[in-house]
Amino acid sequence: MEKFTRLTALAAPLDLANVDTDKIIPARFLKTIKRSGLGIHLFDTLRYNENEQERPEFVLNQEPFRGAQILIADENFGCGSSREHAVWALVDFGIRCVIAPSFADIFYNNSFKNGLLPVRLPRPQCEKLMQAARMGANARITVDLERQIVSTPRGEEFSFDIDPFRRHLLLEGLDDIGQTLQHASRIESYEAARRARERWYPPITA
Amino acid sequence: MSEPKSCTLFDKIWDSHVIERFSDGTCLLYIDRHLVHEVTSPQAFEGLRMARRRVRRPDLTIAVIDHNVPTSNRQAGIAEEDSRIQIETLERNCRDFGVPFIPVLDVRQGIVHIIGPELGISLPGSTIVCGDSHTSTHGALGALAFGIGTSEVEHVLATQTLLQKPAKNMKVEVKGSLPFGTYAKDLVLAIIGKIGTAGGTGHVIEYAGEAVRSLDMAGRMTVCNMSIEAGARAGLIAPDETTFDWIKGRPCAPKAEAWDEAVRYWRTLASDPGAHYDKIVQLDATEIAPLVTWGTSPETVLPINGSVPDPDEAGDDGRRAQMRRMLDYMGLAPGTRMQDIRVDVVFIGSCTNSRIEDLRAAAAVAKGRKVAPDVRAMVVPGSGLVKQQAEVEGLDRIFTEAGFEWREAGCSMCLGMNPDRLSAGQRCASTSNRNFEGRQGPGGRTHLLSPAMAAAAAIHGRLTDVRQMA
Repeated sequence: MEKFTRLTALAAPLDLANVDTDKIIPARFLKTIKRSGLGIHLFDTLRYNENEQERPEFVLNQEPFRGAQILIADENFGCGSSREHAVWALVDFGIRCVIAPSFADIFYNNSFKNGLLPVRLPRPQCEKLMQAARMGANARITVDLERQIVSTPRGEEFSFDIDPFRRHLLLEGLDDIGQTLQHASRIESYEAARRARERWYPPITA
Repeated sequence: MSEPKSCTLFDKIWDSHVIERFSDGTCLLYIDRHLVHEVTSPQAFEGLRMARRRVRRPDLTIAVIDHNVPTSNRQAGIAEEDSRIQIETLERNCRDFGVPFIPVLDVRQGIVHIIGPELGISLPGSTIVCGDSHTSTHGALGALAFGIGTSEVEHVLATQTLLQKPAKNMKVEVKGSLPFGTYAKDLVLAIIGKIGTAGGTGHVIEYAGEAVRSLDMAGRMTVCNMSIEAGARAGLIAPDETTFDWIKGRPCAPKAEAWDEAVRYWRTLASDPGAHYDKIVQLDATEIAPLVTWGTSPETVLPINGSVPDPDEAGDDGRRAQMRRMLDYMGLAPGTRMQDIRVDVVFIGSCTNSRIEDLRAAAAVAKGRKVAPDVRAMVVPGSGLVKQQAEVEGLDRIFTEAGFEWREAGCSMCLGMNPDRLSAGQRCASTSNRNFEGRQGPGGRTHLLSPAMAAAAAIHGRLTDVRQMA
């Protein structure tokens, strides 16, 4: 997994609440067996018309936002389906950080597994960032995971909270399966204790 | 000696599955049941292969195909190439990693959230996960069940555990009993309408109260299924005699003495008196009318005798803009009576409403009547076993004689990943769970409602108050 430490980049303002994962990547694009290549379908219905031509009014079809690495959105970003494809599509497009007042739980979890940093900031701060982002080409926003700070182009700083364990994994680019397997003997003794306590618990047979 | 702590049902299941508690509160949680389907698993198996890892407990894992599969003419194979590849990939992965797999042509094939409970795989007190947000369904049996992403699928396959922080406890208490013409679907839509699509974020919702207790298992599953539409990853209902009677005798359920031992344990799971909830919401079931959604978010519910709301009456600018966008997408004008809205398609199915009880409720309305001309109405049973049971009861004939299509089991038109899709501008009365833009096909318009209400809409060709059809 790619590390996330500090990012200074253009931010695309997406002034929508309840952006669901069907909107981020519609179900018809989930028929892949790979993680990569979903970026062209990111926000497909917002981005393209019926004839698969770009809708000029959509932010990611506008310069300079085509190259945005940060997305700023409204409440409850990533609600709905658990599809990690939503995160893969964002990452494949080039987005490394989403800033919003709130996120849906599953999307929030999925982000950390793919080097995408979700940052929760109070709504007035998100609005300020959204305003700044609209200024375009030179309005770069900095997200510093080490210091847990987002800085506006004017240098105003907003601090954000993040789970220390997730922060650590992201800063180091660590895979959490490897971490968990370090506890393999604890898993084994848990299984043994359960077998003794719940002898009745059946395996699955197909 | 200190008093034993009063625990909720969630606390009890959580605590009994914690392997390790880390200093920041993150827990290593043991997973008892892992359900796998074709869409969210290929990248997880690929990850295992690349790291040369095995599936730790294939005997606690089961795979089935549901999202991509066509719901007619199964013998002909899968025409869409990318769907076929995804399905063949799951078959191969299950073979390579020794995971039990239910083939497409097996009578037990069906939607993963229908077959888990049906086969007795989902059991009270268990932790159950699946790479699908509607895993919350299994909470109806008193299991802690939640949807996970593909990286977490890989984590569970490799370790049979997940790293999680405990959710907060929320209780939704519904007193009274549901009035005539209303069902579990109306109950859960009423709850979502009240708390909103983010109302349960960060929480596990325990449903309680007389109205919940008196639901049958199918109704309880409908309610828990849509917990995620209220933002909660899991919904829970304490297991009771209704639960035990329903599970007993199912193929994977414990048998003989093991059954008695299991039930003894399951009886201890209900929340203790005085247990703490971070949030409590109360509703009165007697005030619920048959509901239908008007917008592109499941919280946009209205009684069937209501009218489309006017954005100009919204409280703030943000809300007004959101409502305008929804009405524009839905092709609806403010003030339109819900019962005047014509539909092109009726879909009865999905993990929310495709159990035998749902089909019976729809058939009771359809019996002896005809689907309106120009309406395409389809019934998609949740599993091959549901289909078989319905055919034994003659429900298939009631539907086909009325002009409904009677199809094979799968996710079908709930999510537009298989050939069953809306085309742009088509309007659908649907028993599924999400009315998001494009959910049932690009440009498709969805109104969520109960199976009986869906059948009524099929007969009249417009949204209809099912109470008038008695």
